Amino acid sequence: MGLFGKLRDKLTKVREGFAEKIESVISRRREINEELYEELEDALIQADVGVAASLEIVARVKSRAKELRVGDPSGLKPLFKEEVLRILGTETAPLLLPPGPPAVILMVGVNGTGKTTTIGKLAHHFREQGKSVLVAAADTFRAAAIDQLEVWARRAGVDIIKQREGSDPAAVVYDTLQAAKARRADLVLVDTAGRLQTKTNLMEELKKLRRVSGREVPGAPHEVLLVVDATTGQNAISQAKLFGEATGVTGIVLTKLDGTAKGGVVVAIKKELDIPVKFVGTGERIEDIMPFNPAEFVAAIFD
Amino acid sequence: MFSSLAEKLQETFKRLKSKGKLTEQDVTAALREVRVALLEADVNFKVVKDFIARIRERAVGQEILANLNPAHQVIKIVRDELALLMGGENARLNVSSKPPTVIMLVGLQGSGKTTTAAKLGLLLKKQGRRPLLVAADVYRPAAVKQLQVLGEQIRVPVFSGETDPVAISVAAAEEAARKGYDSVIIDTAGRLHINEELMQELEGIKAAVKPHEILLVADSMTGQDAVTVAEGFHARLGLDGAVLTKLDGDTRGGAALSIRAVTGCPIKFAGVGEKLDMLEPFHPDRMADRILGMGDVLTLIEKAQSTIDAQQAAEMQKRLKSADFNLEDFLLQLRQFKKMGPLENILSMIPGFSGMKKLREELQFDDRDLLWTEAIINSMTPQERRHPEIIDGSRRRRIARGSGSTVQDVNRLLKQFEQTKKMIRQITSIEKGLKKGVRPGRFPFIC
Repeated sequence: MGLFGKLRDKLTKVREGFAEKIESVISRRREINEELYEELEDALIQADVGVAASLEIVARVKSRAKELRVGDPSGLKPLFKEEVLRILGTETAPLLLPPGPPAVILMVGVNGTGKTTTIGKLAHHFREQGKSVLVAAADTFRAAAIDQLEVWARRAGVDIIKQREGSDPAAVVYDTLQAAKARRADLVLVDTAGRLQTKTNLMEELKKLRRVSGREVPGAPHEVLLVVDATTGQNAISQAKLFGEATGVTGIVLTKLDGTAKGGVVVAIKKELDIPVKFVGTGERIEDIMPFNPAEFVAAIFD
Repeated sequence: MFSSLAEKLQETFKRLKSKGKLTEQDVTAALREVRVALLEADVNFKVVKDFIARIRERAVGQEILANLNPAHQVIKIVRDELALLMGGENARLNVSSKPPTVIMLVGLQGSGKTTTAAKLGLLLKKQGRRPLLVAADVYRPAAVKQLQVLGEQIRVPVFSGETDPVAISVAAAEEAARKGYDSVIIDTAGRLHINEELMQELEGIKAAVKPHEILLVADSMTGQDAVTVAEGFHARLGLDGAVLTKLDGDTRGGAALSIRAVTGCPIKFAGVGEKLDMLEPFHPDRMADRILGMGDVLTLIEKAQSTIDAQQAAEMQKRLKSADFNLEDFLLQLRQFKKMGPLENILSMIPGFSGMKKLREELQFDDRDLLWTEAIINSMTPQERRHPEIIDGSRRRRIARGSGSTVQDVNRLLKQFEQTKKMIRQITSIEKGLKKGVRPGRFPFIC
């Protein structure tokens, strides 16, 4: 099974929830009419695509269908694929890494989306590419977060820089970047404490982590990845917006995509805020992460 | 919390209210907006459909259109239906007649089970019970350690064991019976609801310890999938209730509406902050008021009562309502507010507050601002505090110098005070309005 087959396999649930719903709406109908379009809207909304984005997609499919004189409902499916791709983009969004080491990636997100786990997986992912990786345990707030990251670092075979629980996360970042420079590490992954995007003071703390990184390594953080749980609904847009304003989010990691019938909110985020998905997490094992390729993703759920 | 939904609904109703008389088309148009608002709030699609149908049935009924204040009637119907949808009254925990009461927490990864276990432990402890926490999540790295650390913080013992969650749970229940713990809270592993292995394990724990209460811990930011998850767990385990977590963000919390509506399981608690004492009993009726921006004076008063003694609470209520509310009261209130927790939580309970977006932005001060506010008021003479209108330019300069702030800060404070006063006038008028039945032009959101 190639990468594509694997993705397809992992996205069974998404496919069931998304494409098959559209499929069933289409196959039940003999002709294209308003009712059909309304049901299609509903199908998109149920996939967490959001009301505005769903209306827009359906409106465009409608006008395209008229333009191309599509008479049979089955002819709508490729149009849907096209529209979703038009929003998501067809290419994999590249990681913005600097020419010289160390590259610094800051991981942010609300509580419980899987930041620590994702760092473990990413550390493994970059190790496989032959990079030397250092992880910073800057979630000094949640009980046992440091221990959890340590377990993942050990599994990935990378070094971890940590301090005591409750210590200043900015100090942890500083230490890690010093160590990265001294050891000539290629890549630094910074774990941060989960926080709700509305807590202004906690968002300030993230800004500080940004400032400290930039002072120690020019241009850092090179990537700020927002970790979003695929089961999240429309609140993900608020997350992307507010984390974006505070930390300059450059990409999204969509986690737990193996279990959800949805994940449609990435379409809404891309449309509203133009932030691309860069990785998807698809399971509990350390290798269950892959770069997000919109074309493959759409193909995996539609075909 | 829920503020965006409240704002949207209020906008809709404001438009509805500007009309003297409603036609069926008006109601249909308003309901369409309610539908979009609810969908954007992640209320489950099917639930929205039923909800709108029910409201239409009641709202387009004969007696409504003939009524003098149809908009109010529609608002009332929406409010009642919202409360009903979330389960009417607050549902309590099942307590076993023969201790220990065993409570099992289940849910997806990252929904907040471990934190909720500790919060629930603290809540029960505060009620005079003797809880025992059980670390039955043996898979996630450091999950056991996390519960141990939290247990230490709240001084509640944590039972942990080897690798078999069923055996750990059974041993914990036995230990509780032996050592006289009256409540056992089992933290289970988070896994996807479609994971067969985990479901069997949870069924195994259920069969072995026969919990009196199985609570689904659900993230309030979940989208349309919330219902599938809840149904998945309910079908296999038979849930007794749910705990909604992370409700202190700006989530519109549609999951709250959907879980109850689809599974019939009441939401029993809500997590409203990162601190361990931030778990509250969930009151559907109050939450409905909050969604509509009608405030939550009851919770506010209860909160005041638990932190301030009864006499002071009564005083405070009286002052809140009194027309000649001055800066001295303002200062006293600010100090008492500080004891009750983060300001934003408290303010969201004030009627109309969540709907007044502009005011909310202007009033956006964090807890540090309170220190400044205190300093500024302390630099005023008693006369100035009682009669803020006498504070002219030169007094402002003096107060700024005295408190180490700027004239702008003093101006801002005085403005905030005026707004608070205005808001309080509104609360008073709403309460009067409620006593007399709904009155036109007195709802907070038409100001």
